[in-house]
Amino acid sequence: MISFSQVSKRFPGGFEALRDVTFTIEAGEMAFVTGHSGAGKSTLLKLIAAIETPSSGSVVVNGQNVGKMSRAAVPYLRRNVGLVFQDHKLLFNRTAFENVMLPLHIAGFEPTEGAKRVRAALDKVGLLNREKAFPVALSGGEQQRLCIARAIVNRPSILLADEPTGNLDANYAHDILEMFKSFNQVGVTIVIATPDPSAARDWNARLLTLDHGVLTP
Amino acid sequence: MRIWLMHHRQAAALVLRQFARAPVATFLTMLVIGVSLSLPTGLYSLLKNVNELARMARGEPQITLVLAANASSGAIDALQAHLQKRSDIAEIRFISRAQALQELNKNAGLGDITAGLEKNPLPDIFTIRPAHREVESIVRLQKELQALPKVDAALLDEAWVRRLEALLGLGQKAVLILAMLLGFALVAITGNTIRLQILSAREEIEVSKLIGATDPFVRRPFLYHGALQGLCGGLLAWAIVVATFQLLNGNVRILADLYSLDFHLTLPDARDILGLLLFAALLGWLGAFLSVGRHLREIEPH
Repeated sequence: MISFSQVSKRFPGGFEALRDVTFTIEAGEMAFVTGHSGAGKSTLLKLIAAIETPSSGSVVVNGQNVGKMSRAAVPYLRRNVGLVFQDHKLLFNRTAFENVMLPLHIAGFEPTEGAKRVRAALDKVGLLNREKAFPVALSGGEQQRLCIARAIVNRPSILLADEPTGNLDANYAHDILEMFKSFNQVGVTIVIATPDPSAARDWNARLLTLDHGVLTP
Repeated sequence: MRIWLMHHRQAAALVLRQFARAPVATFLTMLVIGVSLSLPTGLYSLLKNVNELARMARGEPQITLVLAANASSGAIDALQAHLQKRSDIAEIRFISRAQALQELNKNAGLGDITAGLEKNPLPDIFTIRPAHREVESIVRLQKELQALPKVDAALLDEAWVRRLEALLGLGQKAVLILAMLLGFALVAITGNTIRLQILSAREEIEVSKLIGATDPFVRRPFLYHGALQGLCGGLLAWAIVVATFQLLNGNVRILADLYSLDFHLTLPDARDILGLLLFAALLGWLGAFLSVGRHLREIEPH
């Protein structure tokens, strides 16, 4: 469960990315956050993953107040939140397999048990035959899917995706969203930031619209 | 616990892979550390050798106790009993004033002069051979004997023992200062290589933090890197000292033969080597720790 109450985020320099935002996303829900570029979509996701802290108000994720969390507790929250980035943030000196292995390695999985999970995750995104490839050898869509595999390999209860289909053509984008839908069907809470609200209507999902940092009904 | 051990093993393996990936750069850094550490290590070993040499060249050290003129025979007996009980004295010999005068007459042919004296001007003395031969313990013994009742003076017959002691003290202090300065250098060198490591791994650190890596997890490979680098530097320092001493030993033997001494430079013993390696690894770790502490917080995901 993700709950924002009267959350504002001001950056040093005075820019106000979010103002007085209140909403709740229930566990197992699938939600889209839309709005123009700079409306505060990314900031909203970053607040959930404790990458940013709110200037005022409270962000509660799985019962924990993220803004008041100690530095040492943040990693354990993040292990339960899968992140999909528009720019993928893959490590280019590691193979696809090693990239997906990294979260399990950090969480302390046995290599053999971890390898099984990595292959399962790569299979889900259709990259099982590319496990030895380095990210440079993958297409943009494949890189995005690799990023998704890394986000779900730890079986998080929440999956956050920041414009996951931003650089992809329509067919590919559809596949990716289909994938998110299937994760949602097994109980994962999904929040997707996208400038295009049509997807939410297509999927009959919850829609949060931001306008200059304010949530519009 | 098992996870913790696994993380440590993996961090160590990662560092070894990093070393293998840039063998020349790694070796050069270790060599710099090795050369820095070889200076105080070599000097320390040399001092130990000089001390040994001094002991050999000096022969038997001896302390002469000059007794007070008014010491009664009872007091002298008591003193003798006390001296015999001490474990830091190997042997004592009593020379009475009468005996001394006799010898003086006999040996120096001063009979005419001494015969003219109204009374014997010589004191009773004990000559003492200390049980231990280290300069410090002899000097300590001398000081303690000096403080005994009815003892006028405890003379250490070789003034150069004191000079040597002072010189060795100076040398030891110099080694200590050198070790400290070069220790700082080691910390700085390690700190710098770790800083470069952190900068080149910036992306990796950022991504690791985004997917739930704790600070200790991120820090661990860098600490291993610093400690291992220091340890290898220490090993190189040891190798440098061994090689240098072997090179010098030929000349030292020739020199010792000229003085009819059986002497050669002995290499650092196991305890010294262990100390050196621990010192090097610890300082490497410290350099890495300081550097990681400084730079890791700067790398936060955005």
